[in-house]
Amino acid sequence: MKPAPFSFVAPESLDEVVSALAEHGDDARILAGGQSLVPLMNLRLARPEVLVSINRCHELDYIRRADDRLVVGALVRQIDAETSPLVRAECPLLAAALPHVGLPATRNRGTVCGSLAHCDPLAELPAVALALEAELVLTSAAGERRVPAHDFFVTDMTTCIEPGEVVSAVAFSRQDPSERSALHEVSNGGHAFPVGGVALRWASADGVCTMARIAAFGVGSVAQRLVDAENALVGSDLGSEAIAAAVAAARAAVNPTGDIHADADYRRHLVGVLLERGLLEGEAP
Amino acid sequence: MSDEVQVTVTVNGRRREARLEPRRLLVDYLRHDLGLTGAHIGCEQGVCGACTVLLDGRTARSCLHFAVAVDGSDIRTVEDLADLDELHPIQEMFHQKHALQCGFCTPGFLLTTVELLERTADPDEAAIREALMNNVCRCTGYANIVDAVAEAAVELRRRSPT
Ligand SMILES: Cc1cc2nc3c(=O)[nH]c(=O)nc-3n(C[C@@H](O)[C@H](O)[C@H](O)COP(=O)(O)OP(=O)(O)OC[C@H]3O[C@@H](n4cnc5c(N)ncnc54)[C@H](O)[C@@H]3O)c2cc1C
Ligand code: FES
Ligand code: FES
Repeated sequence: MKPAPFSFVAPESLDEVVSALAEHGDDARILAGGQSLVPLMNLRLARPEVLVSINRCHELDYIRRADDRLVVGALVRQIDAETSPLVRAECPLLAAALPHVGLPATRNRGTVCGSLAHCDPLAELPAVALALEAELVLTSAAGERRVPAHDFFVTDMTTCIEPGEVVSAVAFSRQDPSERSALHEVSNGGHAFPVGGVALRWASADGVCTMARIAAFGVGSVAQRLVDAENALVGSDLGSEAIAAAVAAARAAVNPTGDIHADADYRRHLVGVLLERGLLEGEAP
Repeated sequence: MSDEVQVTVTVNGRRREARLEPRRLLVDYLRHDLGLTGAHIGCEQGVCGACTVLLDGRTARSCLHFAVAVDGSDIRTVEDLADLDELHPIQEMFHQKHALQCGFCTPGFLLTTVELLERTADPDEAAIREALMNNVCRCTGYANIVDAVAEAAVELRRRSPT
């Protein structure tokens, strides 16, 4: 099928993007990499009246350090973040996640911020944003607000973005060099989207876990921080008992549904298996 | 609503200008307006890779781009590979290794291979299989495609030793 008609603007600055959004209100939709929006438009599941493309807004194509944050602008393509030495050094969890996002050709065009704005429950990057305690920078004609990831993601394909707002950047926490991190997922033979996965980072000192951030995806209506599982690890020796407690807490916290790819019990089980795998493989570098 | 938009792109080295409805997909622009029917439409939702082109040197699904949104870009299609009567070395290896049956998927695989071998002159099998995730083939079972890509890498290195 072909998309329904729409009108198209491609401003060259963030200011012009927000004025286009202000002018068209609810009728407008941002076009970033198009790797999620265009399939929906081709299927006519989405019929925006006006597309505001950010693909000419080169000022949004940057990755830079700012204090304790690594800031990724809205036009950064997934492939460029994946191969960025800065991302590898400052946010190894993000670097580890990106090769799992879709296919080479979709990463060539899809953006980091677009994946967060799209908020697919199966997507890896929202879980990474939770584990890295990211802040989303939302810009509108009225100015700018910063929203923590845990308030940004609401439910399946729903975020707190208001009409008139664009995600102009995402600011991830920079990881400490002593931290370990991992992303594990399971997908059905060659299919890009996973059935479920876990993103985690943790630190320890003198054999005691001092910090843990764990987020799961594909096991509920939206990516989810697993705080009880984190609490089971912090203060522990990360031994088998602590890991078993974290696994149990993770399974208790998620609320997966079943579909053609996996049933709910499988997904609940999976979240524990992948968490354990992450912790064990990270411990034996 | 949906007024036509001016677009200028370079396709296979040739500058092209058009006024297009915003909803015109890049693949339809290539096929219907330019007659470049090498980019095939399989799924029109990004899954199969039959519509793959090189957009500013990188593989992209031409079914997931509006032509108006790639204004100013450089686009290469499978038509750009062969040189008059001589196949491109990658095409030649697909031919020799029986890496196609019906051929519907082949243009996409060829362009994925161009991108891979431009980035990595000597890819191992894992890297080849990772790159080929871009494309679906319903006929061959992939083994011969993997072989063809590996042989094409050898041939291209032989032609331009570094
Ligand atoms: C075959 C295939 C496999 C895929 N597999 C995966 C996968 O395994 N994991 C995964 O996570 N994703 C996957 N994806 C989707 C991924 O490729 C997309 O890149 C991503 O979900 C959206 O990013 P985008 O830049 O393409 O956004 P677009 O498609 O342009 O936009 C998506 C939505 O977000 C909104 N939006 C985008 N950017 C902004 C912004 N800056 N501010 C406000 N709103 C914005 C748009 O209006 C739209 O509603 C897959 C896609 C395909 C086609
Ligand atoms: S037709 Fe474009 S990916 Fe299938
Ligand atoms: S040769 Fe027929 S689909 Fe690949």
